[in-house]
Amino acid sequence: MKRFATRALPALVASAMLTACGGIGGGDDPAAYPEGPIDYVVAFDAGGESDLTARLQQGPLTEALGTEVSISYKPGAGGALAWSELTRTRPDGYTIMGHNLPHIILQPMMREDAGYETDQLKQVYIFQSTPNILAVRADSPYQTLDDFIAAAKANPGAISVGGSGDFSANHIGTLLLNDEAGIETTYTPFSGTGAAVPALLGGHVDALMTYTPMISQLGDQIRVLGIATEEPMKGLEDHPTFTEQGIDLVEGAYRGVAVPPETPDVIVEKLAATFAEINKDPGLIQQFEEQLFVLENMGPEEATAFTQERKAVYQGLFERLGML
Amino acid sequence: MLDLLGGGVLANLAPSMLLLVLVGTAAGMAIGAMPGLSATMGLALLVPFTFVMEPTRALVLLGAFYMGAIYGGSFTAILVNAPGTPSSVATALEGYQMTKKGKSELAVVGATMGSLVGGLIGVVALIFLAPPLAEFSLRFGPQEYFWIAIFGLTIIISMASGSIVKGLIGGVLGLLLATIGVAPVGGEVRFTFGEPMLQGGVPLVPAMVGLFTIPEVIRLVARKGREAQMLDERAQREKLWPMIRLIFSKPFNLVRSSVIGTVTGILPGAGGSIANLVAYNEAKRSSKHPETYGKGEVDGVVAAESANNATVGGGMIPTLTLGVPGTPPDAIIIGVLLLHGLRPGAELFSTSGDLVYTFAIALAVSAVMMVPVGLIGGRALQRGVVAMPARYLAPGITVLTIVGAYAVRTSVVDVVIMLVLGVLAYFLSLAGISAAPIVLGLILGSIAETGLVQGMLTAQGEPQPWLTFFNRPLSLVLIALTVVSLVWPFVRARRERRSRPADAVPAATPRKD
Repeated sequence: MKRFATRALPALVASAMLTACGGIGGGDDPAAYPEGPIDYVVAFDAGGESDLTARLQQGPLTEALGTEVSISYKPGAGGALAWSELTRTRPDGYTIMGHNLPHIILQPMMREDAGYETDQLKQVYIFQSTPNILAVRADSPYQTLDDFIAAAKANPGAISVGGSGDFSANHIGTLLLNDEAGIETTYTPFSGTGAAVPALLGGHVDALMTYTPMISQLGDQIRVLGIATEEPMKGLEDHPTFTEQGIDLVEGAYRGVAVPPETPDVIVEKLAATFAEINKDPGLIQQFEEQLFVLENMGPEEATAFTQERKAVYQGLFERLGML
Repeated sequence: MLDLLGGGVLANLAPSMLLLVLVGTAAGMAIGAMPGLSATMGLALLVPFTFVMEPTRALVLLGAFYMGAIYGGSFTAILVNAPGTPSSVATALEGYQMTKKGKSELAVVGATMGSLVGGLIGVVALIFLAPPLAEFSLRFGPQEYFWIAIFGLTIIISMASGSIVKGLIGGVLGLLLATIGVAPVGGEVRFTFGEPMLQGGVPLVPAMVGLFTIPEVIRLVARKGREAQMLDERAQREKLWPMIRLIFSKPFNLVRSSVIGTVTGILPGAGGSIANLVAYNEAKRSSKHPETYGKGEVDGVVAAESANNATVGGGMIPTLTLGVPGTPPDAIIIGVLLLHGLRPGAELFSTSGDLVYTFAIALAVSAVMMVPVGLIGGRALQRGVVAMPARYLAPGITVLTIVGAYAVRTSVVDVVIMLVLGVLAYFLSLAGISAAPIVLGLILGSIAETGLVQGMLTAQGEPQPWLTFFNRPLSLVLIALTVVSLVWPFVRARRERRSRPADAVPAATPRKD
């Protein structure tokens, strides 16, 4: 008994103390969040738009939250890899992940097993969008959207429209355009905007369904046939929107942040408030506008409602096309 | 332009700038040398530091780092058969064989000199030939990318030193592996067996490290005796200057490989990884003694390293001229440009000409700086690794590779993939199937499939879409190159048999096993 007391008892006491310590330090009390560094995961490759956006936000986030925010990458399967892993990550608020619409709607809808369901991702905020644009090369025979539609009607399926990825904003934008205008064009997915642009400039695709930042990046190498926004964008008033040309097409990629499904509401609210705050940062706003991003401000409920709305639209479209 | 060029040179001679280039290059070399830590990742880590720097300095730091990282990948490729990036696959192939023969020092020197010349030629192309080369790169459409991938696959045939059938088996295995995950075009999910982490497919860097390095470690541990030594203890310590002279005695190899690297570098997406393989193949093809390749021929190392450092300058051409990243690190550089409010394209050259030229010259300076840093640091590393006993080397390499595989995507699944492929590759090597064709198939499989499907889709307007693969001028050139590459080993064998009828043993016989 004595030997037990001298040997085992100290060990037992020590382990009891250690276990008690486990309660302190990072993550157990949601009200005290954040107490430690936060990992901001980007679901795409470094150097892309999601990466750029995250880096612009990193400074303001660190300041607003009072803790270090570091960026890591988890690219693969157009974001599905990261999002599926998010559903299995600890819901303590110390991992936040960039998420994109319509990707998170379309991937579970169209893929047999994307590894996650749309509703599993708890959306915290949608802070940015990049509207779709339809562009052709500057020397293209299509001067206006009407020319393009007429040519598509004359040769169904012959016109190739390039874009970034499958079941992405570019893809769904093209499908919606086909649906609205009653035409048939062939969508050709490329691994990213970076791969799609040379295809257009080299004349290998007839048109590109891409994003607004390309307007400033490519300048007068392209002609913009339509922009998919409700109202003309600030700085892009020279370019026509689809709506003002009679085609009801408002679509784009939406960027936001999401957390694992069981994350406590207290933490979600805190994060949402933080993102709302940094979205007012003038430096950030200026950078976003320079890149021709559109500022969005959708909190958790709004984002989820918006997602449901778009989901219904896409579902209807795919049913009409017989793709579901 | 000349005055801008002069301005660029002067700006680079400032001591603070030289220091910046030196630090960038050395840091790049260190990161590039670690298997699994790629140039792209290192650059991504540097980006926050560049926020507070003015644009020219930011770009110079990134450029120097990039140049150093591509060179640094050669160290572990040569010394422990661990290519850190796809750009160093061919370097590992030849360089590691040289290490086994105790010639690792020559390999390191060869890699250094090759990287120097390649880096310089790439920068020369960037400065003087950017606009026409950028225009040229645009002519490559999906059909051409398909043929480039097929051409790359024919390299398997000539690389198969031994049985061509076994090389093809490896290549097909690689192609199969490339199909795992989401299809590049069409988006359907293949062969993931319900594991969502496999949706992204087999990640290239863990696969390469697994296929090349793990079997070596297994061999080290599994077998005993002299041949279990990864490194020949009789490693000769040669004098530096004769080695350098030897490398430069074959200028044609240096220049040709650099040109190949530059030209493939301007092709967005394909360039970086295949440049070193194509250059290696060409060096072997035009060599007077091709049978020494695969057994430790320094010309192979020189060819691979010249080509991959030339892709730095070459890849920068579409990046700066068109705003289209030539290689993944270029995407980061575009990102930094955009963050600083600069827009790549023709106007970058006109409005910020001084920045562009200072940056380009800095790349050249970095290439030059790689020589002393590499010759001193690299050879110190080489001597350290050679001297280390196997019982420290094997676990050390294993730890490095596991960390590297994990670091790519902070994913344990990647580590598992690496180990599984490694064990598989070990058993395959016992059957005579080597890792290089598998890696080639893996890299080129998705490029080929993407090109094929995209080509068919964009040609839907034609009556016969598949015909577009055969009626475009650039495609025809590539097809011709492919045919030549396929047929050459056999033609050469025939020619040698004819010229030496009495004692002929053909260099490449399909029937050998």
